[in-house]
Amino acid sequence: MGHLLEVKDLEVTFALRFGDLTAIDGISFTLDKKEKLGLVGESGAGKSVTGFSIINLISKPGYISGGSVMLDGVKLNDLADDEMRKIRGDKISMIFQDPMMTLNPVLTICTQMTETVHAHRNVTKSEAIDIALDKLKKVYIPSPEKRLFQYPHECSGGMRQRIVVAIALLTNPALIIADEPTTALDVTIQAGITDLLSELCETEDMGLILITHDLAVISQVTEKIAVMYAGKIIETGRTEDIIKNPRHPYTKGLIGSLPGGQQMGKRLTQIKGMMPTLTDIPEGCAFHPRCDIGEQICRETTPLLKSVDGEKRLVACHMAGV
Amino acid sequence: MKTWQRFIDSYFLYSFKRDPVAVTSFSIFVFLVVISFMAPVIAPYSPYDTSTIDIMDSEIPPQWMEEGDERFFLGTDNMGRDLFSTLLYGLRTSVVIGIGAVLFQALLGIMVGLTAGYLGGRIDAFLMRIADIQFSIPYLMVAIITSAVFQIAFGVGRFEELALPLLVIIIGISEWPKYARTVRASVLGEKNKEYVEAARVIGLNRRLIVYRHILPNTLTPVLVISTIQVAQAVMSEAALSFLGLGMPITKPSLGSLINAGFEYVFSGSWWITLFPGSLLVTFTLVIILFGDWLRDVLNPKLYKG
Repeated sequence: MGHLLEVKDLEVTFALRFGDLTAIDGISFTLDKKEKLGLVGESGAGKSVTGFSIINLISKPGYISGGSVMLDGVKLNDLADDEMRKIRGDKISMIFQDPMMTLNPVLTICTQMTETVHAHRNVTKSEAIDIALDKLKKVYIPSPEKRLFQYPHECSGGMRQRIVVAIALLTNPALIIADEPTTALDVTIQAGITDLLSELCETEDMGLILITHDLAVISQVTEKIAVMYAGKIIETGRTEDIIKNPRHPYTKGLIGSLPGGQQMGKRLTQIKGMMPTLTDIPEGCAFHPRCDIGEQICRETTPLLKSVDGEKRLVACHMAGV
Repeated sequence: MKTWQRFIDSYFLYSFKRDPVAVTSFSIFVFLVVISFMAPVIAPYSPYDTSTIDIMDSEIPPQWMEEGDERFFLGTDNMGRDLFSTLLYGLRTSVVIGIGAVLFQALLGIMVGLTAGYLGGRIDAFLMRIADIQFSIPYLMVAIITSAVFQIAFGVGRFEELALPLLVIIIGISEWPKYARTVRASVLGEKNKEYVEAARVIGLNRRLIVYRHILPNTLTPVLVISTIQVAQAVMSEAALSFLGLGMPITKPSLGSLINAGFEYVFSGSWWITLFPGSLLVTFTLVIILFGDWLRDVLNPKLYKG
């Protein structure tokens, strides 16, 4: 059986005045139904661009310059605009970071939900409202009949994010891309939303791509992780393995910088330096200027993803095999 | 019913009730509009009915003056029409032209502004340059050329019949760039907000995004300039009619009445100009005062705490 989503050698380029910038440099991953993949990395690593390139909505001057995105055997980046628009919101839904911003302040929740249904299904108005109510119940909104006719400002932040999730569910999509869905929420509501998302994956038979920089969230929700750095995937594998036993020095650094195992009174460890901007990615391994164990080879050749500890674990580091 | 309840509870109505200037000017505005539209019922004479007009009654001063005639409350004009009735009918013409012209310019300007703002690029540049060119042509010139062409093409008789829609179009065309600019500016601010992105991700088509999602979010400034534009249009109409380019003398409007009386001011018949003049001032003033309040209440940056 084929995968639900298959991203192969995807490249995204931004054509700027002073030349082309490669924001995504040949990344590949797969996702099956009910599977949850976490994309981790610092800001600017290309996580969100990956998300947008799956639905072919990269803002100008960016474009997909190579590779392919296959959903259920259909190559998405070959589709015409019209056909792609039918897939967006129907087979693939996306959830954004800030629920304050993603709901239109002047339209009722009912309008915003039913228009999505109408855009993809040929249903009557009352049928659309029934679908909307059903989905609001699925995301545990109390008294959905009342909420439906309210405006976004009448709901709390967590409530709004639930509504956004409900909107994403309206058409029973096969894949949900959640772009930092919990960053703007406080911790207790975060847990609610992440639990909700992973529960829905099971019950609704969906795939989930969770884009975040929050390793805690990722480890609770996902089964697979892909760590991104400067437009490349540098480590991927099962969540448990990566959290317990990171192999790439960058992943080690990320996990090491989480508050937890330190001694009282000592500073938290951090990865020194900053991520390089896309205009001057260093030769060889992009991470070597910040790496503790880098050697001559790291400065000269770019490491490729190769499997370590079995097939599912891939690491792009010269030093990892040792 | 729910919408009505929401309106009653709103901050909008609350602050309206607490602002005496807004309440007064809005009441005067509503009063004037109502009596002007009820002119056929209220007015003792009809200025359109020539059988009631007698040239012998011309230039009779208001009732309370020595030579006044009790048939004519505010006196008569140079053609013997009852000034009070003529004022009511004239105000009605002015209101219709004012509101009609604003609707026309808003429709045109909003469409251009939305298209230019959302599509951007060359289309934006092209449309906004047209707006600039339009803006640099004074409306008087547009009016003179249009009415001249029209009078030659259709004859003076037809022109008098079509003067009203023609004025709506002339004033509308000369003022639409204001709407286009305002709407374009708000669209530029709105179109990069996340809810627009979200609407795109949902798979909505462009027309739905622009009209359902962006347009309502740009309407606040449109509402505010609309009040000022109504006052402006009423004054433009008066100015054009005063110059003889607007409503013909047989179809009274405030401007044509002022014009008619202007020639008689120095012969002592001041009332023919004074009453329509002060009505015009009152009408535009209350609109502008109300618009001022509207701008304050709809602009969160100007909240008075």
